Amino acid sequence: MIGLVIVSHSNKIAEGIVDLCYEMAGKDLNIIPAGGTSDGRIGTDPILIKDSIEKAYDGDGVAILADIGSSIMSSELAMEMLEDDIKKKTCILDTPIVEGSIAVSVQASISKDMEDIKRAAEEARTTRKIS
Amino acid sequence: MCNSNILIKIIENMGKNIIENKDYLTELDRVIGDADHGINMSKGFSAVDAKLDEMNGKDWGSTLKTVAMTLISTVGGASGPLYGTAFLRASTVVDGKMEIDKEDIINMFEQAVEGIKMRGKSDKGDKTILDALIPAFEALKLAYEEGKDTKTAFKMAEEAALEGVEYTKDIIAKKGRASYLGERSIGHQDPGATSTYIMIKSINEVLEQN
Repeated sequence: MIGLVIVSHSNKIAEGIVDLCYEMAGKDLNIIPAGGTSDGRIGTDPILIKDSIEKAYDGDGVAILADIGSSIMSSELAMEMLEDDIKKKTCILDTPIVEGSIAVSVQASISKDMEDIKRAAEEARTTRKIS
Repeated sequence: MCNSNILIKIIENMGKNIIENKDYLTELDRVIGDADHGINMSKGFSAVDAKLDEMNGKDWGSTLKTVAMTLISTVGGASGPLYGTAFLRASTVVDGKMEIDKEDIINMFEQAVEGIKMRGKSDKGDKTILDALIPAFEALKLAYEEGKDTKTAFKMAEEAALEGVEYTKDIIAKKGRASYLGERSIGHQDPGATSTYIMIKSINEVLEQN
């Protein structure tokens, strides 16, 4: 199964999104929250993100969903610190963190193909809520 | 030419000056950013301070690597991965060395600049760390090319960094939270460029005492 890592400046947001995804896509997901700093501040922690990617990885790959600013930079740095075999199966998705995480978690519950995951993230990015 | 004892003193002094300027950096960041630069940098350097004993007597590469990993894991904001990458990249060119020369200093600085450019997808003129670091690096390199000694070269680098900090008042922020402000970011000094200046000034202060 493709694993997911939710990177937010806020630990509460990351954990909340994980809860939401479990509710929407089922409890079998590999989804790990990586929010906030190790001492409980608002911020991101590349080491926590790296550890979370390793935890979410079961051989199929890991998709990272991040909020804004340094969450992307910290995720990129975390990826550079990974072993090569995990690194080449890990990617950061360019999508809104809440909507994207829901769409991607549903997709991850039915597909092991990273291309499907990327497509779901892309669709979540452009889907209008009020037509 | 520069032994690893000096590096420990430099890192200690960087920490002291960053922590002393915590409120100043945070205030600069409050105006155009998210008011956490001083707090984040102080957190990072306090954690580095706690590892000074452990770093004492180690080679330049492993000391810089420890600084990098400590900042990466404790800062929390964008400056963590940015400065962390700078120290990490710099560490790779002095791996295993107890003494370094002019060429090593230039290589370390160059790696730091390239690392921050790569990590932040940024360059000079975006109102960032690089607006102090790139002029400082260029001044240092030029000073060495003109045959100046290390103390003089760093004095010139510090002056160039300060000019770079002043320059950030005149330009629009292109990166980070401040970029949301567009033209309203003009007139305000960049906190990242300022912390870079403080770190370069910290190197100078130690060189002058030794």
